[in-house]
Amino acid sequence: MLEPNWAAAAVVWQLTELQGLLPVFEPASPEARALSELLFWVSILCAAILLLVGVLIVDAVIRYRGREGDLDPPAKTASYKVEIAWTAAPVVLLAIIFGFTLRTMGLVNPDPPRNATPEVVIRGHQWWWEATYPASGVVTANEIHIPVGRMVLARIESADVVHDFWAANLARKIDMIPGRENFVWLQADTAGTYLGRCAEYCGTQHAHMHFLVIAQEDSTFAAWQASQLERPAAPSGTLATQGLAIFSEKACLSCHSFGGTGGNAAPDLTHLASRRTIAAATLTNTPANLARWLRNPGAIKPGATMPNFQLHDGEIAALVAYLSGLR
Amino acid sequence: MLDWASTVDHKKIGILYMLTALVFFVIGGLEALAMRIQLSRPNNTFLGPETYNQLFTMHGTTMIFLVGMPLLIGLAIYLVPLMIGARDMAFPRLNAFGYWLIPFGGLLIYFSFFATGASTAGWFSYPPLSLRNYTLGNGPFGNVGGVDYWSIGLLIVGVGSVASAINLIATILLLRAPGMGFGRMPLFCWLIFVTAALILIAIPALNAALVMLFFDRRFGTAFFDPTGGGSPLLWQNFFWIFGHPEVYILILPAFAIISEVIPVFARKPIYGYEFVAGSGVSIGLFGLFVWAHHMFAAGLSQGVTIWFGAASMLIAVPTGVKIFNWIGTLWGGSLRFRTPLLFALAFILQFTVGGLSGIVFATIALDWQLTDTYFVVAHLHYVLFGGTVFAVFAGTYYWFPKFTGRMLSERLGRWHLWLAVIGLNATFFVQHMLGVMGMPRRVYTYGDFPGWALANGISTVGAVILGSSIVVFLWNMYVSLRHGDIAGDNPWDAWTLEWATTSPPQPENFDTVPPVLGRRPLYELTAQRESANRRQSVGRGQEIVL
Ligand code: HEC
Ligand SMILES: [Cu+2]
Ligand SMILES: [Cu+2]
Repeated sequence: MLEPNWAAAAVVWQLTELQGLLPVFEPASPEARALSELLFWVSILCAAILLLVGVLIVDAVIRYRGREGDLDPPAKTASYKVEIAWTAAPVVLLAIIFGFTLRTMGLVNPDPPRNATPEVVIRGHQWWWEATYPASGVVTANEIHIPVGRMVLARIESADVVHDFWAANLARKIDMIPGRENFVWLQADTAGTYLGRCAEYCGTQHAHMHFLVIAQEDSTFAAWQASQLERPAAPSGTLATQGLAIFSEKACLSCHSFGGTGGNAAPDLTHLASRRTIAAATLTNTPANLARWLRNPGAIKPGATMPNFQLHDGEIAALVAYLSGLR
Repeated sequence: MLDWASTVDHKKIGILYMLTALVFFVIGGLEALAMRIQLSRPNNTFLGPETYNQLFTMHGTTMIFLVGMPLLIGLAIYLVPLMIGARDMAFPRLNAFGYWLIPFGGLLIYFSFFATGASTAGWFSYPPLSLRNYTLGNGPFGNVGGVDYWSIGLLIVGVGSVASAINLIATILLLRAPGMGFGRMPLFCWLIFVTAALILIAIPALNAALVMLFFDRRFGTAFFDPTGGGSPLLWQNFFWIFGHPEVYILILPAFAIISEVIPVFARKPIYGYEFVAGSGVSIGLFGLFVWAHHMFAAGLSQGVTIWFGAASMLIAVPTGVKIFNWIGTLWGGSLRFRTPLLFALAFILQFTVGGLSGIVFATIALDWQLTDTYFVVAHLHYVLFGGTVFAVFAGTYYWFPKFTGRMLSERLGRWHLWLAVIGLNATFFVQHMLGVMGMPRRVYTYGDFPGWALANGISTVGAVILGSSIVVFLWNMYVSLRHGDIAGDNPWDAWTLEWATTSPPQPENFDTVPPVLGRRPLYELTAQRESANRRQSVGRGQEIVL
């Protein structure tokens, strides 16, 4: 049904500076570069054909303008030579494009070796992303860390509906289809943070389903994994300790996971404070935004499955203090 | 009134189809405008997500099933019997039945707005999102959801389309006037024949899938439900086995219109008749084997992907053949720049833009970047608006005199044309850029990413201009119906049989069907009469004045 109260809830994306003007033409990996080069040349070719058609029409319009009452011009029968020419020419042109496509496909999407284990498993949920690293057991959300300079095999799955994983600067799009395992090669030339988003319509909050790919030098990446495997320090200070109490009381772990336990319907919170964003890269991860989220998740992502716990300000402050300590 | 409700006259039924489509066109257009207002600036709050998602679902569903198909089928049902010199369709009652299913199905789908909220699963309705765990209503009728109305409504519409396709095929096969072999049949009828065959093959795939979807939702089957062992990809295959031919169901009749209009206003028979007809047939055939190009991002195997990519590219060839033959018809002609021709020229250019961006998508690797972005929205609207709708505009200016006995205003026609051309390009050209800027489709709002605000702002202004062109068009029909110039039987000096009868045509179409001596019956007839006269006058020893 219609939503009369919606206007009250306006959410302003906070990470827009992470993206350039034309991400498709700003490749940061050999795969994305191959795609953008192909797009560039095909676009030029298409523009040339459009120009040709335009010129032919304008030329006809100028040269063959008739006046009312003019006699009909003589009928012409089609020349087979001409017909064959304008059938054959496009065939040749398309064959060339297709050859280049095959080459690019081989570069971007080579079949992974048999029995290859993925380095990272990315699972789409309504409306956030889960990333697990099978080798180390690291679990995180909405942030995909990869080492730079080599191809990283990612397995792509969905927990509910069809989503699509798209990091335009780095790789091709790939659908996340429940009951099916897809894969994609991720790679980044240099360390950096890249914005990606869901490209397949997946329901109410499809619009707010972004993620970050954080490419790191090998040593930084290893350090990150190590830190993710440690349990965060126990809460320090009364406020944070109070927060932990509320956290257990409200059964946040019925959906969220924490240190290997809890539910699997919501982002892992073990190292929440180490992440840069919340709510699938909609807001920066600051205490103020955490408080905003806890006060009413539906005001930021209407339709999101996290309920509004009707927390009062004291509880929110305590929870924020606790969550902000989860490094 | 009763007269119209009970009619089995193909002309009245054709008009009913077209008027129904026009009403839904206005509704679907307003839905689009509401969406464009919401997207006019970043972080906008004009519409909420539920409303927006209902609107884009209904916009797509409406424009494809309740505007595109009925409009073109209606035009065909009106014109085909006239063009082939028949008194009516082969099965007049089936004809009426097929029509009445369309508004009935359409109303059922629209009723969901008030009952449960319309479907929010998109016109493509991919499961699992379209299954009951994800899209359930909360209206007065319990847990019935918009998708339930949607699937049953479309099933009804689909049955109607199949009925009309059978009827068109039978009519063209059986009721052609003496002398009108397939080699003399107007290209309009040729291409409608291919369209009808495609409807007959493609729509049942959708109908079957709709039944399965409905069963999954209501009766606990699991055709498409992965939690019960079903396959979401199975739906995608079914849907696009229908969905890609559907594109040709919507564009071949446009080709059909253009292939009639251009020769008449270039005063010259079509260049390469056999090639225009033949390329239409091959588009129809290829069109059945390319559906998976809508699933290039689904992770199908490389072999499958490559086959469907190659087949999709091949379609560009017969399409190009058509464009070149139309231009070949213009060349050496004596062009009369009346509104139908102007729209036909605009059609060629705008459709070419959409065809070329289609090549981009057939280039599999590029699809991997651009699918599901605004680049697709740009592509499909160049094809369906710049293509189909512009062709229908050309056809309306051309045949309105036949339908009503009055001419449309040329002056308003030009306003309509230029507003439509400017509006179309302002709305949709920038959307190519938006795709490259990374904007996905079907988002109810977006952040202030670099460039997005400007491009979306331009697009919304364009949509308003495009909307105003439609207002001019409606106004033109309204005033011309009352005060337009009287058309007479054949105002354009055209050559096909529909122009041999009165405007509007009498109930049984013709007193006597003129003999069909070639591809342009009225032309050949006059030529024959003239030479007969000449022989007579020479016989009387008079001077010949040419
Ligand atoms: C019914 C399941 C559910 C419960 C219970 C729940 N959450 Fe959530 N929570 C979610 C979901 C789903 C998300 C992801 C929303 C999104 O981004 O779309 C989320 C997101 C969050 C986030 C942002 C995480 C990120 O990385 O984006 C925080 C913080 C959070 N929840 C805290 C809590 C706390 C604290 C509680 C207990 C008071 C709680 N949640 C209870 C489902 C739940
Ligand atoms: Cu999505
Ligand atoms: Cu298609």
